[in-house]
Amino acid sequence: MIKVEKRNDVSRSIYFLTPVLAIFLTLFGGGIIFFILGFNPIEALKFFFITPISDLYGLSELLVKATPLCLIAIGLSFCFKSNNWNIGAEGQLIFGGIVGGGVALIFYNHDGFYVLPIIILSGAIGGMLFAMIPAILKTYFNTNEILVSLMLVYVAKLLLDYLVVGPWSNPEGFNFPETRQFSESARMPILFDGLRIHAGIFITLITVFLSWIILYKTYLGFQIKVSGLSLKTAKYAGFKGKTMIIIVFMISGACAGLAGVGEITGPIGQLHRNISPDYGFTAIIVAFLGRLNPIGIIFASLIVALTYLGAETAQIFLQVPKYTGQVFQGMILFFLLGSDYLLFFKIKFLGLKKNEL
Amino acid sequence: MSFDLNFIGILVGAIMASSVPLILAASGELITERSGVLNLGVEGMMIIGAISGFALMVVTDNLFFAVVGSMLSGLIISLIFGLLTQSLLTNHVATGLALTIFGIGMSAMIGKNFVGIPGKEFPLLFVNLRESIPFLGPVFFGHSIILYFAFGLPFLTNYFLKKTKTGLIIRAVGDSPTSASNQGINVTLVRYSCILYGGAMCGLAGAYLSLIYTPQWIENMTGGRGWIALALVVFATWSPIKVLIGALIFGGITILQLHMQAVGLRIPVQLLSALPYIMTIIVLVVISRDSRKIKLNTPTSLGQIFYKEK
Repeated sequence: MIKVEKRNDVSRSIYFLTPVLAIFLTLFGGGIIFFILGFNPIEALKFFFITPISDLYGLSELLVKATPLCLIAIGLSFCFKSNNWNIGAEGQLIFGGIVGGGVALIFYNHDGFYVLPIIILSGAIGGMLFAMIPAILKTYFNTNEILVSLMLVYVAKLLLDYLVVGPWSNPEGFNFPETRQFSESARMPILFDGLRIHAGIFITLITVFLSWIILYKTYLGFQIKVSGLSLKTAKYAGFKGKTMIIIVFMISGACAGLAGVGEITGPIGQLHRNISPDYGFTAIIVAFLGRLNPIGIIFASLIVALTYLGAETAQIFLQVPKYTGQVFQGMILFFLLGSDYLLFFKIKFLGLKKNEL
Repeated sequence: MSFDLNFIGILVGAIMASSVPLILAASGELITERSGVLNLGVEGMMIIGAISGFALMVVTDNLFFAVVGSMLSGLIISLIFGLLTQSLLTNHVATGLALTIFGIGMSAMIGKNFVGIPGKEFPLLFVNLRESIPFLGPVFFGHSIILYFAFGLPFLTNYFLKKTKTGLIIRAVGDSPTSASNQGINVTLVRYSCILYGGAMCGLAGAYLSLIYTPQWIENMTGGRGWIALALVVFATWSPIKVLIGALIFGGITILQLHMQAVGLRIPVQLLSALPYIMTIIVLVVISRDSRKIKLNTPTSLGQIFYKEK
């Protein structure tokens, strides 16, 4: 006999343990999929999750990928905590990259310590402004923010495409769809010789720290959390809902913009068509896997970054498409959401009583 | 450019063809949403339908199996969404997103061996009438059976929701699950059925793309059509007939954009390609401004989790 009972309170330990359960279930599910595709599941999973990080270069790559993911997810956590569904972080990332990249091109062949900070700042502002579009349309025109933020992703992608093919394309670039390589003064400093890990990781860590302060130590953070739990309570308490919606979108847009500018001044070093392998969408999974908690998001970003690396390794060794990473990402979110059931319900396995036999 | 009636007829026919996947997916999602479930996985279900339809066509060499199979796979993948949102009570938005991400990944994994294989010719109906009647011929004839089905579907859906008992039950469940449940309606069962129906229609929409519209398999070939279909449902304020009108407008923009490129207008290609998305936003703003109008038709419990204490 199995009996399901509603829990009266949510257990904190289960709250942070279910993500671990979800990861194990994902590995299991992934093993089954590999088996169906005709691979040895243990070996395939090894290629996916262990081979990529078994040397120093791999670990550095893990951090290179986790840096933008963590940053975007932190920003999104502000939106999601207050029940605002910004799912267009990918567009905000690209637009931040466009603005930052444009500034980097203005400062082409220009030395000075101030160049990089200006680029980074303009990227953040770009992302922020782009995120304000769905926020303002939501607050003043009652428009669905999910759809608007998503449509803007396509608009940003096409705008980037237009710029790198047309007006911003490298004059000496034989018509390749890319801009000039940014000058040295516009590049993120590399932390170790021979590795790609760059100073952007400090931006991410500082943002994590700041967002922890905002969320847990300020009045704004309190408003965000209350609005997420109950809109009625928030209204009753007299919180200014519209302002808050715009602020959370600004924060998450700025984070996504920072991630974009970090990518183009870091590992990429120029603008071209594909400046992001869907980091903006994957960060949604990171935010949930990390339980919208700054520390949780750090761990989650490392795990999800590993699915990117794993997909690349598996593409080389197993000849599976790189989209395989998305299968794992989707599964993680499925299992995570599903295992949340354990938070609110107790499952009891009851033995048959003797007198029933 | 000379004024050619037949050319305009062909243009209208092309617009109709490009609106078919939108009509199918949006009509399916409309039923799902009317029962109070918001499934953001349309894009994922469509792409799964596209690859499974194409793969079945290649493997079985039978278009009937391909079409039915694509609907079945759309249905199966929407079952994941149903299990999670209805039985495990997960958040609709997050689960739908997961479904889209999973679907795109899964389709690429399955589709690996089908890249570059040419499609098969899909039988078109009344081809000789298409040639013999100017203007009206290319508009009404020479299409696939799926196109005719798609153009009938909004009317069927409208009739089903407004005039049948089952339609009434679906609307009741969407507007007030608690009172529907008190009336003895099994809310979870109704919602499951609506989710599965939506999945099947999205699968069919995908198959239309990979079997008829551009008969081949390309990774990510739905290209955001699923999201436009979702926007269409809001655009139509949950009315099936307006879905048809909206889909034709968007199909029109897509075709117009292609023709403007072909004619060589001095407008950047990318700006033209961005038009459908920008239009969607503008239309959403115009529609949503009047909050009363939106509220009148929005299923009241849309996206909310329903749990019946046993």
